[in-house]
Amino acid sequence: MGKLNMVKALNLALLQEMERDDGVVIIGEDVGVDGGVFRVTEDLHRQFGGTRVIDSPLAEAAIIGTAVGMALYGLKPICEIQFSGFAFQCFHQIENHAARYRARSQGRFHCQMVLRMPYGGGVRALEHHTESEEQFYAHIPGLKMVIPSGPRTARALLASAIRDPDPVIFFESKALYHAAKEEVPDEIETMPIGRARIDREGRDLTLIAYGAMLRVAREAAEVLREEDGVEVEVIDLLTVSPLDRETISASVQKTGRAVVVHEASRNFGPGAEIAASIMEGAFLSLEAPVRRVTAYDVPFVGFAREWVHIPDAARVVSAARDTLAY
Amino acid sequence: MPRTPIEPRFKIEYLSILDSEGSLDTALEPDIPPGDLKRLYRAMVLGRRLDERMVRLQRQGRIGTFAPIKGQEAAQIGSVFALRRTDWMVPSFRETAAMLWRGWPIEKLLCLFAGRLEGGQPAPDQHDLPITIPVATQLPHAVGLAYAAQYRGDDVVVMAYCGDGATSEGDFHEALNFAGVWHVPVVFVVQNNQWAISIPLKKQTHSATLAQKALGYGFPGIQVDGNDLLAVYAASREAVARARHGEGPTLIECVTYRLGVHTTADDPTRYRSDEEVKAWERKDPLPRARAYLEKKNLLDDGLEEQVDAEIARAVERFETMADADPLTIFDHVFAERPAHLEAQRAELRERLGADPPRRVDEERPLPTPMRGQRKTSRWAN
Ligand SMILES: Cc1ncc(C[n+]2csc(CCOP(=O)(O)OP(=O)(O)O)c2C)c(N)n1
Ligand SMILES: [Mg+2]
Repeated sequence: MGKLNMVKALNLALLQEMERDDGVVIIGEDVGVDGGVFRVTEDLHRQFGGTRVIDSPLAEAAIIGTAVGMALYGLKPICEIQFSGFAFQCFHQIENHAARYRARSQGRFHCQMVLRMPYGGGVRALEHHTESEEQFYAHIPGLKMVIPSGPRTARALLASAIRDPDPVIFFESKALYHAAKEEVPDEIETMPIGRARIDREGRDLTLIAYGAMLRVAREAAEVLREEDGVEVEVIDLLTVSPLDRETISASVQKTGRAVVVHEASRNFGPGAEIAASIMEGAFLSLEAPVRRVTAYDVPFVGFAREWVHIPDAARVVSAARDTLAY
Repeated sequence: MPRTPIEPRFKIEYLSILDSEGSLDTALEPDIPPGDLKRLYRAMVLGRRLDERMVRLQRQGRIGTFAPIKGQEAAQIGSVFALRRTDWMVPSFRETAAMLWRGWPIEKLLCLFAGRLEGGQPAPDQHDLPITIPVATQLPHAVGLAYAAQYRGDDVVVMAYCGDGATSEGDFHEALNFAGVWHVPVVFVVQNNQWAISIPLKKQTHSATLAQKALGYGFPGIQVDGNDLLAVYAASREAVARARHGEGPTLIECVTYRLGVHTTADDPTRYRSDEEVKAWERKDPLPRARAYLEKKNLLDDGLEEQVDAEIARAVERFETMADADPLTIFDHVFAERPAHLEAQRAELRERLGADPPRRVDEERPLPTPMRGQRKTSRWAN
């Protein structure tokens, strides 16, 4: 297959899973003829037709609500919400139903469905097109929350999400869609949901990131190695919930220091849960308080001001230095 | 028991006054004073020329993504003209021409599309909401505004805009239902431009018209030729008058067409044919209005040049406007900044290595229009 960007890699996962399983259907706004506003569903409408790749009317609640119905009947819908900022329109269907049917029906029904949405900033977009809202989903019992960090993890995790018997919220970073190409194997590849990946090994400090923030963490790790001679371990979370506490704790037991980076705002965000889990799993190894580098707790800033709002490597480096000097 | 027919009396009218061939129904022709006709046409030209300019600014990276209005000038100007300054205007995200009419400065709108929050701030004496991007979510606000105006006994009408795609959202239906139940002075203007990004109207609804959706909620809907300035105005004037006289809401479906891209990030050749676009270009609202004015001898020489010069001056103001201090991102989150935001602001200030002056927020209350002057109110009876 060769090198693919994240859009093409996701498209490959969709194509292969649809070929494998005729219960897999796609539903969303502009996912058919247009191939999705980011082209992730490109060409699938032509190959599988409009009854499997459904161009829906403009209504998020009904997209997720009907997908819940399809899932209860045994189909495996993949829903595209055009931007994560518009998922509030279907939040009740996600929280009240997709996440709960298994429990409500005591195992008789479940919702095998994936909710794909582009999230995050850095693309010069308007309000509701740049925010990161993973914390809302990570907080809901019954949902899985996955955020890949590049083409290969995106492809493998999407295939796994489609096969997962439970509802999976699948966030795709807009900033990563065309950012880099990566070798993606031809044959189907999956990856376990709920498992983080050590992206870079180190002994002095643990940086925990996911999605577009992995690049930032990598960049910061490089600066810290070159300028401070510090060996940073970078964890690529991949799944925000259920959180891979084991991998995080093991790393911090080794390094004694941790900095969490995310694009979502800080208060009650994933960083808080990660910090708490470090307290629970590596308290005696901690040499310094866990630091968080996140967006600020403001509703949105406009893209002209995003450069101060979304974490960058300099902010991560500075937080890491504070932690190391503690 | 037999089945007894209920026979609801449903009727949808289509209104056209000045068609694309230039023929005019003089019996229906609204009597618009010459000065107003000139202003209306100028506003349409301004809408069109600014749109073209903004596309270029976007291509040059000077502003970000925005939604062009090309083709929808009559629908916007014909409707908004029916409002008074003291009435409220609730836009979606594709109402640039109508917003200019309502007094938004060009440079402010450019600021907004350049990703600067200052662009979203209405002037203190403006009864206009800023643009709303989540489709249809502004419609309940319009109903709430109208309820509040009625509650206060104010002589205020609210006009709310949305697109054809918006009529599929729950918020659209809930807003209409509330408007009907509360019988409030609101006018819904649906700009049916045939497309919601790549979704054509026939995939959006199985209804024959969008106007008829109002009937399900117990108030009138009318379909008008949205490229006919006169028809849009006639229908809007009637709807606004109804609202003002306590006769409740109206929905106006303007049948129009988005001649350009959905937004500057869109490629319409993927989903619609050139022939379709060409056919609609022949119904372009601008030449139609122009010919009408020409016949009345109301066309000013050099209008386009004047409008372009106005735009050029505004673009210059936009480009020389000082960029706001980044610390202002903390300014309007709450009335008073809580401790955690003070701390985050201090952190940012330190990062920026500066000591910029603290901005004093001037949050003046809106003047209330004509309080207590509503002539008729459902509740007064
Ligand atoms: C709730 C919500 N869902 C999706 C979007 C993305 N989106 C922006 S405009 C649009 C189509 C709107 O169509 P229509 O209502 O006909 O208005 P038009 O764009 O044609 O003016 C979509 C799907 C959005 N802004 N808000
Ligand atoms: Mg439309």
